[in-house]
Amino acid sequence: MVSEATNTRKKSVLWDWLTTVDHKKIAILYLIAGTLFFVKAGLMAVLFRIQLIAPEMEFISGQTFNELVTMHGTLMLFLAVTPLFFAFANYVLPLQIGARDVAFPFVNALGFWLFLSGGILLSISWFFGGAPDAGWTSYVPLASREFGGIGIDFYVLGLQISGFGTLISAINFIVTIINMRAPGMTMMRLPLFCWTMLITSMLIVFAFTPLAAGLLLLMLDRVFDAQFFIPGEGGNVVLWQHIFWIFGHPEVYILVMPAFGIISEVVPAFSKKRLFGYTSMVFAVLIIGFLSFMVWMHHMFTVGVGPIANSVFAIATMTIAVPTGIKVFNWLFTMWGGKLRFTTAMHFAASFVPTFVLGGVTGVMLAMAPVDHLYHDTYFVVAHFHYIIVGGIVLGLLAGLFYWYPKMFGHKLNETLGIIFFWVFYIGFHLTFFIQHILGLIGMPRRVYTFLEGQGMDTMNFISTIGAFMMSVAIIILVINIIYSALKAERVTEKDPWDARTLEWSTNTPIPEYNFAQTPQVRSLDPLFYEKIHGNGEMKPAEPLDDIHMPNGSILPFIMSIGMFIGGFGFISFHMDLFISPYVLIAIGGITFFGGMAARSLQNDYGYNIEKETVESMEKELS
Amino acid sequence: MAENLNQPFEESAMNKEEKRKLNREQRIQVIAFAFMIGITILAFLAVGAEGIPTIFTTPFILLLALVQLIIQLYYFMHLKDKDHGWPSSFMISGLVLAAPMIVALIMLLGVVKY
Ligand code: HEM
Ligand SMILES: [Cu+2]
Repeated sequence: MVSEATNTRKKSVLWDWLTTVDHKKIAILYLIAGTLFFVKAGLMAVLFRIQLIAPEMEFISGQTFNELVTMHGTLMLFLAVTPLFFAFANYVLPLQIGARDVAFPFVNALGFWLFLSGGILLSISWFFGGAPDAGWTSYVPLASREFGGIGIDFYVLGLQISGFGTLISAINFIVTIINMRAPGMTMMRLPLFCWTMLITSMLIVFAFTPLAAGLLLLMLDRVFDAQFFIPGEGGNVVLWQHIFWIFGHPEVYILVMPAFGIISEVVPAFSKKRLFGYTSMVFAVLIIGFLSFMVWMHHMFTVGVGPIANSVFAIATMTIAVPTGIKVFNWLFTMWGGKLRFTTAMHFAASFVPTFVLGGVTGVMLAMAPVDHLYHDTYFVVAHFHYIIVGGIVLGLLAGLFYWYPKMFGHKLNETLGIIFFWVFYIGFHLTFFIQHILGLIGMPRRVYTFLEGQGMDTMNFISTIGAFMMSVAIIILVINIIYSALKAERVTEKDPWDARTLEWSTNTPIPEYNFAQTPQVRSLDPLFYEKIHGNGEMKPAEPLDDIHMPNGSILPFIMSIGMFIGGFGFISFHMDLFISPYVLIAIGGITFFGGMAARSLQNDYGYNIEKETVESMEKELS
Repeated sequence: MAENLNQPFEESAMNKEEKRKLNREQRIQVIAFAFMIGITILAFLAVGAEGIPTIFTTPFILLLALVQLIIQLYYFMHLKDKDHGWPSSFMISGLVLAAPMIVALIMLLGVVKY
């Protein structure tokens, strides 16, 4: 491929998006895909909440209920929340460290397309004999060939492929943060969102590898009749639980850490104060990251691993409360005495704090091993993790959405509609999940598709379902807001509509493909704010204006992930009656994937240059 | 510039100091390699020789493996050199995280309950 030709030729819009390696466009792709999976998983939740609205409902069957619950959890954790955070990370992270792109743009695109093809592979299970139905944890023996349906093969391979995409994106983020920082951006001047993304990416590297190993073993069991997890043949079912939770507990922190990061950006911006205790925040994230690997057994207290093991892991779990407490107090002290502006983003950020604390408190309750025997597998656990996941993670995501929207799309979201959205969502959330604590305490087990009348559970389940409806209404208001703002809202052309503090707000809006015409010189934590006070409000350049070297787009990531998709489907089809042999599918998939890899290695792609004059004229036009 | 490139080089572009370093590096690589072959032979001996009890062999081989790993990473893959701080710290954190897990799994999946 010759470089100039690909640059100057006008590309069609679709081709442009399929081949892009620009971190800003990949971010939008993640945002769209993540939102679609989010809405899909949300609708599933509404469906099974309707089933639970009254005792002995017959809205859906028990089998469908299991499939919906499994897919809800799996989609939300792997295909909605993770990609939505990756969307923000992709967009904001290079900007916050003053870089032109991520370290490996091609790998970035590959990461996205692999994630998407894994997600689609998981989703098409409905058309081939049913979705996975063994819970998002896929415990064996329920998930073994003997008891579990074909859907679980889709679970195994879909997650394997999308997990691979997540893994390479995480490695990319790590390298970007370590190698691509602008001059003067030391590690201790890194914005907190970058810090949390760095730790998150490390957690992904160390946690997704056990997951990949576990999924591989499960695949060998299911597809090739191995017996790792089959007790009758010398296997061990508890081994799966260990492997799953060695991955699974860090996973919940993989989800919550970026939210910590977003809150730590939004709160100082709208308090007009620097983040209280920056250093302690960084160390708190590090410690939480480390500890999250040492507590997986708290999901297995009732398995019967013995009192010493239970005690050790109970205590390890409770210690996480210490660094978490540090973070919470730092957010509060940041707001304390600040000049608060209650924009929608700040509403979400401020309300994050109490709901997250509530989730943490129930977490500590669950961490008391003997008491956990009472709570385990009841709605109390469901309430616990939804206070963390919705009341923490989703609120963080929404704060980030409202905060970064003007940078990403060139206009703000409507604030009035935003605040209405916030209240409807927030009240709906508490209605749905607060009451589930009590449901759990009076003994409603989780993952049952119906309950009997006269056990004191009718009203509370009814309220919970109403809350779920309210949250759906809220999401509709958000959609209306997005459409309305796209049509009506005033275009934002200024660089810094929020009067914010970090480097991403020093770029032009819309951001040119090269981000910064000249790499900025960082002189402090919160570099933009420092320049507002000590300089002229503009970042000083660290290099002369010169030609800018950019990478070419490539269709290969897209093709390679199609190869993965076909190959993955091949492995699943061993237990299906297809007109085509699985071996043929696997061969086609393998050749496509490795062919794409070979093509990438053999081609000489030097990227292209944006000439100095072009940069100058673009900069003049934008400012 | 380009026209000079196809002329043969008369002498190395490296200065004395760089040459000395290179020689030293080479020597280290050879010694490390010989040492690694040595401990591999030791491992075979420990298993093969009669009269050495298994109680001794297993931890002994594991220890040798650990030494191999360190030499491999630090001398052969250059983790000891400067500017390898980040890769080193990632390796070490990986070890620190994985070791307790493996210990816990070995203990907890056994017959005994703790
Ligand atoms: C930071 C974000 C957190 C998230 C996203 C989260 C998420 C979850 C999830 C998904 C489960 C249920 C797993 C299942 O059985 O399917 C769970 C259970 C549990 N969580 Fe958390 N959690 C978080 C924080 C905490 C904290 C801070 C603690 C303790 C201090 C904690 C302690 C527990 C315990 C002990 C259980 C097991 C309860 C049982 O199964 O009986 N969690 N959590
Ligand atoms: Cu956990």
